[in-house]
Amino acid sequence: MYIGVDLGSRTVKMAVWDGERLVEHRIEPSGFEPHRQAEKMIADYRAKVVVATGYGRHLAAGHFADAVITEIKAHARGIFHEFPGCATIVDVGGQDSKVISLDAAGRVSNFQMNDKCAAGTGRFLEIMAASLAYTLEEFGRAALTADQEVLINSMCTVFAESEVISMKNRGIARDRIARAVHSSVADRLAGMLARLGHGDPVAFSGGVARNPCMVELLEKRLPRVLVPELPDITGALGAALHGTGI
Amino acid sequence: MQDFEIQAYPELWRELDMDLERFDKARQMLGTAYAKTFLSQANRPQKMAYFDKMISEIFGGRVEELMQAKKEGRPVVGTFCVYIPEEIVVAADGVCVGLCGGSQGSVPDAEKILPRNICPMVKSAFGFKAGRICPYFQAVDFVYGETTCDAKKKTWEILDRLVPTYVMEIPQMKKERDRVLWLEEVKDFKAKIEEVSGKTISSGQLAEAIKIINGKRLALQRLTRLRAASPAPISGKDALLIEQIAFYDEPVRFAAKVNELCDELDDRIANGEGAFPPEALRVMVSGTPMALPNWKIHNLVESAGAVIVGEESCIGTRYFKDCITEGSQEMDEQLAALTDRYMRIDCSCFTPNDERVTQVLQEYKDSAAQGILHYSLQFCHTYNIEEIKIREACQREGIPYLSIESDYSPEDIGQLQTRIEAFLEQIGG
Repeated sequence: MYIGVDLGSRTVKMAVWDGERLVEHRIEPSGFEPHRQAEKMIADYRAKVVVATGYGRHLAAGHFADAVITEIKAHARGIFHEFPGCATIVDVGGQDSKVISLDAAGRVSNFQMNDKCAAGTGRFLEIMAASLAYTLEEFGRAALTADQEVLINSMCTVFAESEVISMKNRGIARDRIARAVHSSVADRLAGMLARLGHGDPVAFSGGVARNPCMVELLEKRLPRVLVPELPDITGALGAALHGTGI
Repeated sequence: MQDFEIQAYPELWRELDMDLERFDKARQMLGTAYAKTFLSQANRPQKMAYFDKMISEIFGGRVEELMQAKKEGRPVVGTFCVYIPEEIVVAADGVCVGLCGGSQGSVPDAEKILPRNICPMVKSAFGFKAGRICPYFQAVDFVYGETTCDAKKKTWEILDRLVPTYVMEIPQMKKERDRVLWLEEVKDFKAKIEEVSGKTISSGQLAEAIKIINGKRLALQRLTRLRAASPAPISGKDALLIEQIAFYDEPVRFAAKVNELCDELDDRIANGEGAFPPEALRVMVSGTPMALPNWKIHNLVESAGAVIVGEESCIGTRYFKDCITEGSQEMDEQLAALTDRYMRIDCSCFTPNDERVTQVLQEYKDSAAQGILHYSLQFCHTYNIEEIKIREACQREGIPYLSIESDYSPEDIGQLQTRIEAFLEQIGG
C-alpha cells in the first residue's frame, strides 16, 4: 500500500493506493496536532511508503512520513493521474489558492500562489458564509440560485466583511450577497490564471471545488473546466502516487 | 550550536542617547537569530570568523571607530543607497556607514508617524531613528538621502526633523542632460562634505579614495566569481552577510578580509570542497536590497537544501559590479569618471532600464545558476513592475523563475517555504 497524507490548514486528507487503484480515502479535521491526527488515520493500513504533503508535511516527516513533496507537486501528480493531458490546475484550499501549469508529461512548469492574505481562499468563503449566517453547503447553494448579482469590490477579507455588513444593512438579499462573494473569488482566480498564461483544459481541485457555485462561475470564465470526483483528496492521491516511485 | 553573543556597550549607548532597555532586547534577539541562521551552517569557511566578529561587535566596535573619527573632526555620513559617492567622503578622510533598515522590530515605531503601506525598508530605517534603537543613526553627522523612490524622497523631509538629512537628486532617465544634472549634484555633495569637514578635497586625495573604494569593489567581484564554482565554496547566506557588512565596515580593512576569505575559497575550489554538496540546486536572487538583518529569502532557500549563488541587487552586484576609471589627477576629469560610473547603475528608478534585464541574464549565466528567484520588497513599485520584464526574459530564455513579494514580518514564512520548495521541485524535475 502507498499512502499519501495531505496535512492541510483545515483538514487532514488520506489516500491509499494499492498500486493500481485508490482503495480508501478519508478526511478529518486537522485539530491541534495535525500529525497525530494523520498518524491515527494511517494506523489501520500496512503502508509500504508514506508520503506527506500540505502545511504539516515537515512535521509529519519528523514523525512518520518517508518522504515529503509540496502540495503543488502533489496536486499536479493527482490531477494528471485523473485527467491525463490536463494543462492547468486551480487549487483552492483552506489557506491558499494556487494556479499551476503542467507540461505535456504532467510536470510543474510554472505556478502562482496567493500572497499572505486570505483573499480568494476557502477561509475567505468560510468567513463570508459565517457573516451571512449560512453553513458552507447552504452558502454555495444559495449563491448558485440567486437571481441577481451585486458587486463586491474588496478582496481583502477584513474589508470584504465590512462591505458585506454594509450590504446587509442596505437591505440587499443575502443570497445575492453570497453570489457576489463567490464572483469576487472567481474573478481573482481568473486573474491569477491570466497572469500565469494558462493552457486548456483547466482542472479545479481542493475542497472549494465541491462548491457548485464556484464551479459554475469558473466555467463561465474558462473554456473547459474539469472537476475530479473527489477534489479534496487530489493532493493526498498525488502524494500516494509519488510514493510508488520511491 | 556555538555560543554567540552580540556584545553590549551600555556606556557608549548612553552617550548616544539610545533607548537602552529596548535596544538590549533587540541585541539578544539578533544574537539568537544569528547563531541559528549562520553558526549552525555546515562546512563554513574559516575566514568567516572576521565577519562573525563584525556582527558580534555590530552595536559597538565599529560605532566606537565612528565616534573616534568624529572626535578627530572627520565627517561621518549615514547612507541607504548605492548612489552615495563614497569616494568623496573618503577623500575628505570621512566615513560612510550604511544605516539600519532591515528589521521588522522598528517598523511599529515608524508606523506611528508614516503611512503603513510604504516600503518596509523605508519604514524600518525611519523607525530605527524614531525609536532611538540604531547606534549608527545616533552617531552620524548627517544622513545622505536620494530621490530614487517616492517613499524615500518624501520620508527624508520627515526624517530631517530627527537627524539632518542631505538629499541628492538622482535623475530618472539616462540622457546627456541627466548626466549633467548628476555631475552638478556630485559637485554640490563635494561642497557639502568640504563644508562639514572644513577641508578642501584635493585631486590627489580623490585619486586615493577612488582607489580605495575600487579595491572594495574588486574584492567583492572576486568573491562573486568564486561562487560560480561547483560545489559552491561558500553559502549564499555568508556571501549576503559580507555584502551587507560592505556597507558599514572600514573599506581598506574590509577588502583585505574579503580577499583573505577568497584565498581560502580558492583552496577549497582546488580541493573540491564546498559549503553544499555538488548536487545542491543553484539559485540566483534578483531584485530589491536585503538590508541587514534581512536574511529571510536566503534562509528559506538554503534551509530547503539549495544554495544561492548570486544577488543581482543593491546589496549585491549592483553595488560593486562597476569600478571608476583610475589614473587621472585632474579634479574635473575625476568627477566626470565618477559620474559615468554612477550613471551605469541599473536601478529600477530609471526608465527605461533594459540594461538590467541584460545584466540579470548575464549574471545567471556567469553564476551557473539553475533558476532565478525575483525578490521584491512589498510596495516597491519600480522593482515590482520591472519584474514583468525580468519574468518575460526568463520565459524567453527558458529559465525557471519564481517571483516573491514580501516584507520583513515572519507571517508569510509558511507560504514562502511552500513556494520555494515547489520551485526547487520544478528545477530538480
